[in-house]
Amino acid sequence: MSTFLDRLLGRVKLGGWLALVAPLLAILFAVVITSIVLLATGKPPLETFNALAQYGSQPRTMAVIVNTGTEYYISALAVAIGFRMNLFNIGVDGQYRLAAVVAAGVGGAALLPGVLNIILIVVVAVVVGALWAAIAGLLRVTRGVSEVISTIMLNSIATGIGSWLVTNYFGVLKGNELATKEIPQDSRVPGMALIPGTQLQVTGFVVVAIILGIAYYVLLNRTRFGFELRATGQSESAAIASGISVKKMIVVTMVVSGVVAGLIGMPELLGASYKYSTNFPTGLGFTGIAIALLGRNNAVGMAIGALLWSFLDNSSDTLQLLDISKEIVAIMQGVIVLSVIIAYELVHRYRIVAEQRRVSRELATPQQAEGAAA
Amino acid sequence: MKILYGMQRPDEGEIKVDGSPVTFHTPGDAISHGIGMVHQHFMLADNLTVLENVILGSEPRRGGVAVDFRAARKKIKEISDAYGLAIEPDLPVEELGVGARQRVEILKVLYRGARILILDEPTAVLVPQEVDELFDNLRGLVREGLTILFISHKLDEVLRVADAITVIRRGTTVATVDPKDVTARRLAELMVGSELPSPETRESTVTDVVALAVRDLTVRTAAGRTIVDGATFEIRKGEVLGIAGVEGNGQAELVEAIMGMRAGSTGTITLAGEDISQWSTLKRREAGIGYIPEDRHRHGLLLESPLWENRILGHQTRRPNSKGVWVDRAGARADTRRIVDAYDVRTPGIEVDAAALSGGNQQKLIVGREMSGDPVLLIASHPTRGVDVGAQAAIWDHLRTARAAGLAVLLISADLDELIGLSDSLKVILRGRIVADIDPTSVTPERLGSAMTGAGEGA
Repeated sequence: MSTFLDRLLGRVKLGGWLALVAPLLAILFAVVITSIVLLATGKPPLETFNALAQYGSQPRTMAVIVNTGTEYYISALAVAIGFRMNLFNIGVDGQYRLAAVVAAGVGGAALLPGVLNIILIVVVAVVVGALWAAIAGLLRVTRGVSEVISTIMLNSIATGIGSWLVTNYFGVLKGNELATKEIPQDSRVPGMALIPGTQLQVTGFVVVAIILGIAYYVLLNRTRFGFELRATGQSESAAIASGISVKKMIVVTMVVSGVVAGLIGMPELLGASYKYSTNFPTGLGFTGIAIALLGRNNAVGMAIGALLWSFLDNSSDTLQLLDISKEIVAIMQGVIVLSVIIAYELVHRYRIVAEQRRVSRELATPQQAEGAAA
Repeated sequence: MKILYGMQRPDEGEIKVDGSPVTFHTPGDAISHGIGMVHQHFMLADNLTVLENVILGSEPRRGGVAVDFRAARKKIKEISDAYGLAIEPDLPVEELGVGARQRVEILKVLYRGARILILDEPTAVLVPQEVDELFDNLRGLVREGLTILFISHKLDEVLRVADAITVIRRGTTVATVDPKDVTARRLAELMVGSELPSPETRESTVTDVVALAVRDLTVRTAAGRTIVDGATFEIRKGEVLGIAGVEGNGQAELVEAIMGMRAGSTGTITLAGEDISQWSTLKRREAGIGYIPEDRHRHGLLLESPLWENRILGHQTRRPNSKGVWVDRAGARADTRRIVDAYDVRTPGIEVDAAALSGGNQQKLIVGREMSGDPVLLIASHPTRGVDVGAQAAIWDHLRTARAAGLAVLLISADLDELIGLSDSLKVILRGRIVADIDPTSVTPERLGSAMTGAGEGA
């Protein structure tokens, strides 16, 4: 198989497009696997994909896709910041839910008027997310607790604290639904009628998500902090030798991740439901992990991944019309993530080998080349 | 060599074993054709016993699941006795010395049925006495009909041990010679292609100004074991202080303590008159300590980052790499080009990953990086280890030039010729203590070697 890969890719020049090969391979692979699953259950694959595409391209669905995708994207960014440093913030889920509960409670109290209240809500969410994430960071540097373990546990604790806060402090019983007080009309973030042909507006947070995406890119690639973060992620030992305080980086990175996580619930809170109830979306943090993997922690890649994921999620309902279980989409999502990981690993290994060859070839031909000592 | 061991595939050409052509896709293929490799860096798990290390990955089975330790122990004993390797299968590897570890590595490949052994720089970590033992072992193996491919930069060793010598330069075979008809000088010329680099430094450039003063530096492990014990020394501007010692006698820890990378060290470190004992690694680097780490892959490079990002590493807070909180990409790139030119780093460009360069070129990049920004002190740990002769000569030249310009250098090396040739003064470290001062002008590698093992008195 690897000789096949060599032959397949060995003669191509390395270019930026190689980065496209992996995701395309992955999606192709996912389509093949899903088709097999569909055929095995006696359903026609082509029609299924067609139905998904048809439904997904309707204006209303497109607006929904963008709205959910916005939340997915912010979540993926929060996860990716940690990933770039080999820090597995599995706790994005708990961070955004706790942040949303507290922010909803504070916002519903309408302590400040209008836009000021929006700012207050966002600041509260960000601070809560950051603090909650910081716990895991501090545990890691002071006690050596793996952030994977601590954040998973903190997720459960966040759930508990959230419902305790709603039940005892923030909650108002309306009908038989217990929810926080609605955020007043003048403190809501308006949507935008971006997609023609539908009444459904696109959340204003799409702008925030785009800004966050750019900020993510700039932070990682243009700032010293980003360099230190990536260096630590690539080689902790080299980072230490270079005078980077790994402990500080861990705490700060967790906090930054938590800050972004705090924003995940904002499109919903400020743009859709205006309150925190049992209907508030859960599990976005885990979706974020999948999308960060899917988009390879790349700002644009994750945006595409978030939209793809959102498309699959939102179009799955239509499958029931064809009498196909909508869970087929979950299978597809899982297969895509797995195949992306595998495809990138293959392309990545290939790239290292190819680059070594390229260097020795370029050095060997024009001038006198360096003997490969090792 | 990587190709022979199946770690890389050749673009063209063929490999024949016992006359029949073979292709290797993985090291496993190579092993199944009887080719085994002993790596320069030992690949042993310290916390396992010799026995466990040897059988790891090819455990003899009993009943399908259970590991048959008895059979393995017997086989190891047999091999050890047959080739005179003197290996105790049940000792944990962490209790073994370097020479014994190497024998374990050799046994590991023999255990897998290798008839052809590739030894990559096997003497790099050994003192002369251990080298002699190794060579005795190797001769024993050859007598038993094994074939050994001995890869080394050390000419005298090659001359002593080999039955036939092939010189490879820049990836092509330059010559195949008979060791009986060739002198070390001739061999070196073949390797370098021109003059033999000599590590001799010219006139002394030592000044009276102390750049680094270390007093009673003691390093303990978390478990309380003392690794560096009361080290005291001074390095003046323009002086190269060499630290000789068998590896694992505290050199690495000494360096890490001076770099501020190691918790649990006591004593005072003074750099250019300022007490830096409590400073962070970053602050020490900013104060002008350059650091060529012992293991460039672990401590010196981001292998999967382009060269210009590697230029930033360790200098991320300083110009031309950064401006305030921002990385100065243009500045870093320009300065990387300067290093590539000035230090003759052979690369098609500065956008290639560090991993794509050969060891020598990686090292030249690191040397160039650590020499930039006017360092006061350079810590050079094994600066030419695993580096080809051309790069070695270049690195030595750079060290000499910098020394002449007033740089203080702390040189740690296992290459005794390098130590003696470059150092203005030499200290021997043994079990964490500095046990002897040696005048590099009057010592021979043999005498230094015995001081390092504690067998004799320092000259």
